[in-house]
Amino acid sequence: MQVRITVNGAETGAEVEPRLLLVHYLRNVVGLTGTHWGCDTSNCGACTVWLDGVPVKSCTTLAAQADGHAVRTVEDLDAGGELDPLQRGFMEEHGLQCGFCTPGMLMTLRALLDSDPDPDETTIREAISGNLCRCTGYENIVRAARWAAAHAAAGGAEQPTPPTGGAEQEVTA
Amino acid sequence: MQVPAPFDYRRAHSLDEAVALLERHGPDARLLAGGHSLLPMMKLRLARPETLVDINDLTELDYVRLDGDEIAIGALTRHATVLASALLAEHYPIFAEAEAVIADPLVRNRGTVGGSLCQADPAEDLSGVFAALRGRAVVHSSAENRSVALREFHRGPYETAVGDGEILVELRVPVRPGAGSAYEKVERRAGDWAVAAAGAFVQLRDGVVADVGIGLSAVGADHFTCPEAEDALRGQEPTAARIAEAAAICRDRCEPTADQRGPVDFKRHLAEVLVTRALTRASRRAGGAEA
Repeated sequence: MQVRITVNGAETGAEVEPRLLLVHYLRNVVGLTGTHWGCDTSNCGACTVWLDGVPVKSCTTLAAQADGHAVRTVEDLDAGGELDPLQRGFMEEHGLQCGFCTPGMLMTLRALLDSDPDPDETTIREAISGNLCRCTGYENIVRAARWAAAHAAAGGAEQPTPPTGGAEQEVTA
Repeated sequence: MQVPAPFDYRRAHSLDEAVALLERHGPDARLLAGGHSLLPMMKLRLARPETLVDINDLTELDYVRLDGDEIAIGALTRHATVLASALLAEHYPIFAEAEAVIADPLVRNRGTVGGSLCQADPAEDLSGVFAALRGRAVVHSSAENRSVALREFHRGPYETAVGDGEILVELRVPVRPGAGSAYEKVERRAGDWAVAAAGAFVQLRDGVVADVGIGLSAVGADHFTCPEAEDALRGQEPTAARIAEAAAICRDRCEPTADQRGPVDFKRHLAEVLVTRALTRASRRAGGAEA
């Protein structure tokens, strides 16, 4: 079947099997390998991307389901040419060790900060409860999110509007 | 790499079209809503539908609203919406308490109420919630809209009253003024299926239990409930002793099976403890002592 998916504001399309998972579409068809393919069982969250502005696990979403919709991946976070405050927070607070979970963590936490700009630790931990860090670096990931919340005005507010149409939708769910 | 076996994908743009697709493709067609139960089962070849009918475009089935003296929840409503619903929080805190421990936030962004109920996993949380609240399901086909009591909805593990060519479109729960409700779950780790779970609502009149509902998940309770325990509590003051009696009935009547989540005696113990907690908190809320 033919799918057309807006990825990070750009139109993409391909002839795919209906059973192709969104994570494999992004990595193997579009060539965006920032989205990691992890547990394959919707547990680890390494494959988290935004579908119409809502973070979802792309290993449990068909590319076919994203046909006609907008996807945002980790590659779009520095789309303005400047790292997202969250990415800077991960650098400042050593929020990653091996880095495998990081793309999913970033996409989940970016959605959290967009809806709750100053989340407390409990809120952050609850938000990333579907993202597993096997290095168990949660302390620093939480600190990184707090850093981003504290420094949002320095970078986030001045960033240009991301080109992805759906990415700007508020997470109403 | 885990990938489903090949299938044909169809997207429905209306309820009529979804029903027509189900009728055309027969019993080997399955509805695809959130997909967070079905797609993992397809990856494992535990399910192998020939056709998937994607109903995610049917946003008219995504709502939580007051409808007369009932609360109506569209079958395509995402778990995250139920968790955040102010209407449900006002009338039935049991929903938010159950939703908060269903999977994780990302899965809840995608998974749906209707999908969870139709999956009919014996450990599924909302099945216990709707059984406790004595909700009704509205099942749609090209011939009719029929109403099914949630306590008759499940025909067994992974089997429901929804037949070929039918779609679960709505869940309905009666508004019970002054009722208190609560949900309790023990899970091995955050987001896991329940080892055991219990939900309850209690309605008081003059300090006496005017009505009560008990839901049980993951412990082999017939239709996710225990009417004998409800009967024992109805008409009584919700004292610790009376609640303990009702909880003991649940412990004895449920039929848990031993698995990797625990042995039978442990699950029976959990059923008793969790029913006690759920009834106690629901009673306090009905009494207005706890928000």
